[in-house]
Amino acid sequence: MGQTIIEKIIAHNLGVQSVKPGEIVTVNVDWVMLDDIMIPFIVDKFHEMGFTKVWDPDKAVLIYDHLVPASQQDDTRHYRTGDAFAKECGLTHVHRSDGICHQLMTEAGYVKPGDVVFGTDSHTTTYGCVGAFSTGIGYTEMAAILGTGTLWVKVPETIKVVIEGTLPEGVMSKDIILRLIGDLGADGATYRALEFSGSAIEQMSISSRMAMANMAIEAGAKCAAFTPDEKTAEYCEIELDEFQKGLKGDADARYMKILVYKAEDFVPVMACPSQVDKIRPVEELKGTRIDQVFIGSCTNGRLEDLQAAAKVLEGKKVAPFVKLIVNPASRKIYREALACGVLKTLIEAGAIVTHPGCGLCCGRTGGILCDGQRVVATNNRNFLGRMGTAKTEIYLASPMTAAACAVAGEIAVAVD
Amino acid sequence: MEQFTGKVWVLDDDIDTDIIIPTEYLAMKTIEEMRQYAFSPLRPELASKITSGDILVAGKNFGCGSSREQAPEVVKALGIRCVIAKSFARIFFRNAINNGLLLIEQPDLHDRIKEGDTITVTVNQAIEAGGKQYPITSLPGNLVEIIEAGGLVKAMRRRNGRI
Repeated sequence: MGQTIIEKIIAHNLGVQSVKPGEIVTVNVDWVMLDDIMIPFIVDKFHEMGFTKVWDPDKAVLIYDHLVPASQQDDTRHYRTGDAFAKECGLTHVHRSDGICHQLMTEAGYVKPGDVVFGTDSHTTTYGCVGAFSTGIGYTEMAAILGTGTLWVKVPETIKVVIEGTLPEGVMSKDIILRLIGDLGADGATYRALEFSGSAIEQMSISSRMAMANMAIEAGAKCAAFTPDEKTAEYCEIELDEFQKGLKGDADARYMKILVYKAEDFVPVMACPSQVDKIRPVEELKGTRIDQVFIGSCTNGRLEDLQAAAKVLEGKKVAPFVKLIVNPASRKIYREALACGVLKTLIEAGAIVTHPGCGLCCGRTGGILCDGQRVVATNNRNFLGRMGTAKTEIYLASPMTAAACAVAGEIAVAVD
Repeated sequence: MEQFTGKVWVLDDDIDTDIIIPTEYLAMKTIEEMRQYAFSPLRPELASKITSGDILVAGKNFGCGSSREQAPEVVKALGIRCVIAKSFARIFFRNAINNGLLLIEQPDLHDRIKEGDTITVTVNQAIEAGGKQYPITSLPGNLVEIIEAGGLVKAMRRRNGRI
């Protein structure tokens, strides 16, 4: 019997030939990601549990992103607690203002194909883009991992998603994942792994795969999995070993469901307020007046996203009543976007470029909205009240669509 | 078999963690400070009305969204005895178990009761509402162990010889 990507990763981690969906196993953790919002809670639980040492201080990455820079006086308590814990336990990997956790975990060279990773944020599914098994957990489980280096997991069933062909112009990987969430429903992949394959996926950049893996959680998925290839090797700056090269779904693997799509059938879509699975073609929403556009976040704040937006905005101006907020996902991306002229194009079009971080996506800082306002945003959640009040309307879209909306001052398609 | 009776509050499908506790309150120092804001985007009055021993009944996918463990913690801090839903999101489910908040999956109850009704839960067996019995299943063994230890913190304290 063949195996899926996630089954292969878990079996390899355990040192066994194979695992079956539904089995409860205890995995050895390769990396953990701790974020600034959760750090005081993690530290409290760690001490309360009676631990005095982190199992492997070189495998923990502490990232300040949700609260950077501080927007409330008490936010600095989170940095102090994190710094003190890093000192106490000898943590070597601490990022205090380098970018969003889910960008940094692969960009800064930590996560590699085949790794098992847990983070105190639900979008930890992102690292599936390089063929890792990664998922979000709470702070109590994080404290237990820090002490033991292990965690129990149930081997998930896998839903295979095959996309063959070439995407039409104006359609990005964000449109694929939004459509898929709409088709599956917000709980359609709960407890399951989403495994992606097909020629459209092979053609995709790592950045495009990241946007999809990032949003797997929005269909409830435990994790996402992409087969590591030459692009992955180049991105991770490694040569793939035999195990990593073998991380593909076998033809005779057990899949709970197989969904097959033709890339040519995808169109630009949006998730409408206030459910991630309320998906409609942008074409049907045209003309809806907007107040703000947000391009950035761990979903779509990478260089290719900013480039795609810049291409739409080149030589144009943002509508006078619209605020366009652009948020590169990391300092590295910020620097690259500056060097290649993308930031200049965006700023000349009228964009406000903010620091890398989670602020606006989670409604903490940097452009939150009020009652009755409408925003088109490239992040991953449009939950009630997330980016402002409960009466703010959030439409999720691709960077190209978002840029077109910023110019039009209303919902618009990028390639008409 | 453990049995309890309580008044129900009813919520619909896809109650996400941003509704249970919005991000802007997550960095407060204690769960006690946070709990007054529970469910505020959807029902700002709810937190002040819930009394200890009440039961929350919801539709499918309760707790979807973020990994914030503050979500099950505020629900517990409000005095909610258990949450009964058609289904739960994965991370919320683990977080609730680790904090000793009882979750029960039951597909039919939600559509047949209304807010203010009183129901009786017999753990691992059934729910009685309006003279009708709704069957419930028991949890897997490894989760029962965590609950029996009194949550994951206590299970780890025991491991580390602190209890």
